Amino acid sequence: MDNKKYNQLAQSMKPKSHKIKNSFNAFIYGGIIGAIAQFILECYMTIYDIDELGAVPMMSITLVFIACLLTGLGLYDNIAKHAGAGTFIPITGFANSMTSAALDSKSEGLILGIGANMFKLGGTVITYGIVSSSLLGVIRYVFTLIG
Amino acid sequence: MNYVLAFIFAGFVCLIAQIIYDNTKLTPGHITSLFVVIGSFLDLFHIYDRLIEIFHAGAMVPITSFGHSLMHAAMAGVEKYGVFGVFIGIFDLTAAGISAAILFAFLAAIIFKPRS
Repeated sequence: MDNKKYNQLAQSMKPKSHKIKNSFNAFIYGGIIGAIAQFILECYMTIYDIDELGAVPMMSITLVFIACLLTGLGLYDNIAKHAGAGTFIPITGFANSMTSAALDSKSEGLILGIGANMFKLGGTVITYGIVSSSLLGVIRYVFTLIG
Repeated sequence: MNYVLAFIFAGFVCLIAQIIYDNTKLTPGHITSLFVVIGSFLDLFHIYDRLIEIFHAGAMVPITSFGHSLMHAAMAGVEKYGVFGVFIGIFDLTAAGISAAILFAFLAAIIFKPRS
C-alpha cells in the first residue's frame, strides 16, 4: 500500500518538475536570443547611424541567417532540444522550420522537394498572420472612418 | 538596461509558449500561429507599439511581432492607397525577414546534407 502510494506520488510529481525545468529553459534561451537581438540592433544603429525602426529589418535578416546556418550545420536541433519554446517562438524558429523542411525534402528534387516543401511548416505563420492582419486591419480602418 | 529588458520580455513570451506547449496537445505550429494572431490583435489597440517602446528588441524578436508588423504595414498601405492598401502594403515591413528566410533556407538546403 505504501509502495503504491509512493508510486502515485512520484508519478504526480515527476512531470511537474520536468515542466518547470522546461519553462525555465525556455525563458533563459528566449531571453538570450532577445538580448543578442538587442546587441545586433544597437550595432547596426551605430554603424549605419539610423533609428531603431530602420535597423529592425537588418536585425531580423542577421538572426535569420544565423538560424539557417545553424540548422544547416545540424546545431540548431541540439539547442532546440533543451530550449523548447525558447527557440521556436523567436524569428529564428521561423527560419529553422523553413530550412529543416527544405533540407528534409532535398531528396525529392529541387522543384517538388525543396521548392514545394519549404513552407510546409513555416507557411502556417504567414497564412494566419495575413488572414488575421488583413481582417483586423479592415476593422481598424472602419473604426477610423467612424471615429 | 535595454539588454535586461529585451531578455526579460523575450524570455517571458517563450515561457508562456512553453507552458502552453507542456500542458496542451498543441504543436509548435499551432502555438506560433496563435501568437501571430495575438500579435496583430494587440496592435489593434496600439498595445504592441507600447511594448516595443519599452522592451525594444525583446518585443521585436518573438513571432508576435510578425503579426504586429503585418498589421502596421497594412495600415500604412491603407493611408496611402485606401482599402486596397491592405493588400499592397501588408508585406512591406516583414519582407526582409521572409525573403531572407527563403533565400538562406534554399542555400542551406543546397549546401548542407540532411542529417537524420
